[in-house]
Amino acid sequence: MAGTQEEIVAAHGLGFQYAGSNVKALDDVNIVIRQGEFLLLTGPSGCGKTTLCRCLNGLIPNFHPGEMSGELLVDGVSVAAETTSELSRKVGYVFQNPENQLFALTVEKDVAFGPENLGLTRDEIRDRVDWAMDTAGTVALKDLAPYELSGGQQQRVALAGVLAMKPSVIVLDEPTSFLDPRTAEEVMAAVDSLRRENGITVIVVEHRLDLVGRYAERIVVMDHGKIVADGKVEDVLDSEFDRLSGLGIGLPKVSVLWSLLKRDGLVNERLPTHVESAVKMLSERLRD
Amino acid sequence: MALSSVDLKIDSGDFLAIMGENGAGKTTLAKQLNGLLKPRLGRVTVDGHDTTKKSVAQLSRKVGIVFQNPDHLLFSETVREEVGFALKNFGFEPGVVVKQVERTLESLDLAHYADTSPFLLSGGERKRVALAAVLAWEPDYLILDEPTIGQDYQQKERLRNFILQLNSQGKAVVMVTHDVEFVAECNPKVVLMSKGQIVAQGRADEVLSDDGLIEKASLVKPQMAKLFSQLAGFGFPRDVVDVHRAKMLLAEKLSEVRVRVAQSS
Repeated sequence: MAGTQEEIVAAHGLGFQYAGSNVKALDDVNIVIRQGEFLLLTGPSGCGKTTLCRCLNGLIPNFHPGEMSGELLVDGVSVAAETTSELSRKVGYVFQNPENQLFALTVEKDVAFGPENLGLTRDEIRDRVDWAMDTAGTVALKDLAPYELSGGQQQRVALAGVLAMKPSVIVLDEPTSFLDPRTAEEVMAAVDSLRRENGITVIVVEHRLDLVGRYAERIVVMDHGKIVADGKVEDVLDSEFDRLSGLGIGLPKVSVLWSLLKRDGLVNERLPTHVESAVKMLSERLRD
Repeated sequence: MALSSVDLKIDSGDFLAIMGENGAGKTTLAKQLNGLLKPRLGRVTVDGHDTTKKSVAQLSRKVGIVFQNPDHLLFSETVREEVGFALKNFGFEPGVVVKQVERTLESLDLAHYADTSPFLLSGGERKRVALAAVLAWEPDYLILDEPTIGQDYQQKERLRNFILQLNSQGKAVVMVTHDVEFVAECNPKVVLMSKGQIVAQGRADEVLSDDGLIEKASLVKPQMAKLFSQLAGFGFPRDVVDVHRAKMLLAEKLSEVRVRVAQSS
């Protein structure tokens, strides 16, 4: 099925070195992402995952100077040939720290800022803002000032602002860190339904797999600027478990439990990625 | 009201996790503990002293807070200066300052960054610098606001060991967090908050496996608690929240099953 979808992101031999740094933040990165994929991008701090995302929306090299090599295409066009404002329509970015991207006096104005700058009609702006605020669950906050909000609320407002641009790709940089677990699940579920209904491509950057693993179909693991694993979540988790834990990635607790039982020779199935499959496998064994 | 009718007692050597949804009042409560906020109703005392009668500087000597966003705390040119700043202000001898800074940097795996600017470090590393800057003066009560944000799994393990070590030295550690999995592995006493009130207090394994309380505080159960609530039919306890205990219980049962199967065949 994936083969029939169009390529939205394609990197060939992509490299990047920040000005003043002597290590390559990205080193020969090759990846193709198709429209409508839900991809989990993970790896230890400093592995290059945020750098890769910054390339997608032109923050690199426009705002973070450095030396770029290789090729990166977004929607078939090289990012080097596009301005940041053109790219911002294609790739929406929700930053790790939402305080960094909110600035208007009210939540509603903040969400409307992007569409207002696209030269749309008033009605179209209104529709987009209403839809985005509703989808991100921020309607009740619309007249509040962003700085009055808690971290989790700010993150949802930042998401609404990005949605209002109707991008083809949404990048969420560690979205669950500032959110309480339930809000984090709600945001993930909202993003996933956007993907299913509108075909938006979702890239989530995370240390933790437990929350995102359920939605993501594909996991890409980076280390020292390179992609070291890329595949279906269940496959990668099972075959690369030791490597992933060595990299400090927060693996789902059921997978950790299973690997311990497996080590003692008590189970032999593939590692489960969520609780339901562990319950099923254990129930079968215990019923014997 | 951000807080209402909160009754809480913290003893030396306690390890407490204040948990609850975004906006429940967790951080507001934490700020009451070192006098950054003073109560309008009720009373907060630290070692018997009313916080309204002491300055924040006096209280900080006893109660150290490490905030959620490290950038609000950092300002020096090097990590070494940053960590030594408060020590100097508290009037410690230069020799003591140097020693204390080295020791703290060492224990938080930051020694190699001593001469680096805090602003060149990653988010997770800056957080550890902010923690070091407070730990350096060895406050009796340590408040950590969302200490696990931006930390990878190994760093969390290190943090966990560090907290346990402080506890064993008689220091009280209070962490404000919604990281249920981290709390499940640490098993502190949990103070559950919702809408400015404390809705429950108890051991982590009791609180985090209780559907009603989890619902009330808008939290999510740890994965082990979810697993064991569905395995209760096989005679397992329900209050299992950490992987270690889960593994012991399952290993025992699975071995029994294996023996039974072997005998019957």
